[in-house]
Amino acid sequence: MIDFLLGLPVAVQALLKGLAVIAVVFPIAAACSMAERKVCAWIQSRPGPNRALPPIFAWIPGAGILQRLGVWQLMADGGKFVFKEEPLPDHVNKLYYTLAPVVAMVPAFTTVTVVPFGAYLGHGGRVIPLALASVDVGILAVFAVASLGVYSLILAGWASNSKYPFLGGVRASAQLISYELSMVLAVLPVFLWINEPGTAGTLSLAKVVEFQSRPGFWGGAWFLFTMPVSALVFAVALFAETNRQPFDMPESEADLVGGFHTEYGAFKWSLFFVAEYANMIVGSAVFALLFLGGWNLLPWLSLAQLLEGLHHLTGWTVWLHPIVAGLASIAILMGKVLVTIFIFMWIRWTVPRFRYDQVMKLGWQKLLPLSIANLIAYTIGIALLQP
Amino acid sequence: MAVIQVQRRALTLVERTYFPQLMGAMLTTLKHLLGPADTMEYPEQRPAIPAGYRGVPTLVKDPNGREKCVSCQLCEFVCPPKAIRITPGSVPEGAGIDHVEKAPQAFDIDMLRCIYCGLCEEVCPEEAIFLQNQYSMSGYSRTEMVNHKDRLYELGGTLPDRHFKWDVKKAAEAGAGAHD
Repeated sequence: MIDFLLGLPVAVQALLKGLAVIAVVFPIAAACSMAERKVCAWIQSRPGPNRALPPIFAWIPGAGILQRLGVWQLMADGGKFVFKEEPLPDHVNKLYYTLAPVVAMVPAFTTVTVVPFGAYLGHGGRVIPLALASVDVGILAVFAVASLGVYSLILAGWASNSKYPFLGGVRASAQLISYELSMVLAVLPVFLWINEPGTAGTLSLAKVVEFQSRPGFWGGAWFLFTMPVSALVFAVALFAETNRQPFDMPESEADLVGGFHTEYGAFKWSLFFVAEYANMIVGSAVFALLFLGGWNLLPWLSLAQLLEGLHHLTGWTVWLHPIVAGLASIAILMGKVLVTIFIFMWIRWTVPRFRYDQVMKLGWQKLLPLSIANLIAYTIGIALLQP
Repeated sequence: MAVIQVQRRALTLVERTYFPQLMGAMLTTLKHLLGPADTMEYPEQRPAIPAGYRGVPTLVKDPNGREKCVSCQLCEFVCPPKAIRITPGSVPEGAGIDHVEKAPQAFDIDMLRCIYCGLCEEVCPEEAIFLQNQYSMSGYSRTEMVNHKDRLYELGGTLPDRHFKWDVKKAAEAGAGAHD
């Protein structure tokens, strides 16, 4: 089957791969909205949505468990969004109002293409990353495209022609500018470190993981341990960039009704949220790749070593098969992403929203100086360590 | 009263990083996340109704299965939202309640008006109307939300009678003489 796939024209191959990735990311993004409701409910000592069960599916064994987990509710919600009336208020700018959810979706799914979500071992144990577009500018492409996502919020806020969405849009833009800087500055030490003198310069995310899978104490350490300040600043900025509590300024149900999406309903509204969760998935994946060792299960235990170990332990050669390695790496990275998303939700339902001035103060007066100091310190350290 | 100025301690550096508090809060929410739900899954699980609960007003029968209401209309007059409407009538022959003059021909309680105050139960001289345990009323129309006499007896059932007023009186008549 692989030969058949490889025999197809490149464009068809790319289309199939893209559809496969979207077919994974879209349901995960949708499932996250249900996970959000369940985590919220459990944290508030409630059972959460657990009622919906279409009678025609009731006979399936295990349907009851899915019912308790709210899976049918998720499908009912999704179906409702597709079929309910699309409100188009009279006072909005029709073109931009309709365009905004699309503008939200496009960057969210474009960033997915450059994120390597796994790797397999090629000839001679060479790690080949699995990504739709394994471009060398990796992280730069993610930052460049992800920051376009805020245009959708600004566009939605402006096109809604209503005061609260407008305020939400203004806040979104201010927040993005404030945290994008610290985020990029926090990542720079990682790339300073991996671009050792004498090697070809790269911004590829796969190379970062490769660097974290090297043998030895310093080689195998995840960047979370060697660069905790960078990881912290990146994590906080990630919360702000994905508009998650405690930084959900653009939305702020309490003071802005619904913020930028106040005037939206039905499928357009749900697109904003699928985009938000897709952004979260990509953000978590980038965090996992940069600081949590990517597809290495444990620190100081790279994927290749893990599979070798399993091979020795069980004696099965199947562990060394490239497809097994690829699936294992995807599973490990997805596991890390899901854990990170759970932490996102856990924090969301724990801490209250910051005030707008607190968000600005934290961004400009705390995180930015911290990330600059961190960058200077690591630059000096790296210059001394890698002469 | 003198104003007491609370001296606030300056936050330490660690506290100002916000992280110890964040960790403490996340620990608290984690306990709730793993702990049991505090809520009740309503239609399957029902709350325990405490004694003296004022639910839907109902009409009750005495232990002999006889109608207790004598159609005095005190409840109708006391009802603050005017939810009760009684049409008095004569006692049907052979109903076993020949000792009373009247019985309700119709007894309607409009549950859309009822405020569950319990004054009807309080005022009833015959202990014929009780606010019992039922708390959930639903219907598809306004007329469905009016409880008629048969429905009221169905909801009320029979309650133990502490006084046996008529039995005592009858026994006294049959014996040495009425206790007047």
